Amino acid sequence: MKIFRWLIGAIILIGIFILIIIRPLPFLFYPDLPYIGFLGRVLYIIILACILCLYRVWRGPTGADRIVAIDILGIMIVGLCAVLTISTGRSWYIDIGIAWALQSFICALALSKYLEGKGFDD
Amino acid sequence: MINIIGLIFISIGIAFDLLGCLGLVRLPDVYCRLQAATKCVTLGTCSILFGTFMIVGFTAPGIKSLLCIVFVALTAPVAAHAIARGAHRAGVKLYKGSVVDRYAEDKEGENEIKNKN
Repeated sequence: MKIFRWLIGAIILIGIFILIIIRPLPFLFYPDLPYIGFLGRVLYIIILACILCLYRVWRGPTGADRIVAIDILGIMIVGLCAVLTISTGRSWYIDIGIAWALQSFICALALSKYLEGKGFDD
Repeated sequence: MINIIGLIFISIGIAFDLLGCLGLVRLPDVYCRLQAATKCVTLGTCSILFGTFMIVGFTAPGIKSLLCIVFVALTAPVAAHAIARGAHRAGVKLYKGSVVDRYAEDKEGENEIKNKN
């Protein structure tokens, strides 16, 4: 059973690495920028890191692991929004990034208070 | 030229992000995971945002990305500290090979003072 799980993980990782090398992620192109292939591969690498975070959310032994992974996932999405701002040339993606960072911070503070076992009012 | 400098910053940020998430998966303990993930990911995301500022320049999204750098650099350590404190108070155990636990010693000292009074 353990070998089976290792095999599934290895297949997913090898698939994402092949995608990174062979085929950059297609998206709406910003016509003045000549580095489209590099930025598409960057998006794939961020998606790989998010999948690693989601693995920790799935298999966390305690609740604290899951809260840490959710916090890190929020910070990662901000980087994704910044890369999308360059690659598509639309400036509202970075607005989504700022709002997401704020929400992630408040979410982490509230969940840590919940973890501490107190109420939310003190 | 300035585009290439920006892309170098984005590459450094991507490397730090990926290594931070690898540490989140591979390390043995909540506190070790928190340390690796928060430091690496904060530096990585700040570097990506600074690369965005270098490429886009002094336009509206560039200024917003600088603002976002300030915000992430201020709030991520605060959130990490709160999570670590909450986990320690909730009784999440340390890894077996851990050497020292200063926070538990401090709490024991506080309890001794309360018992004396």
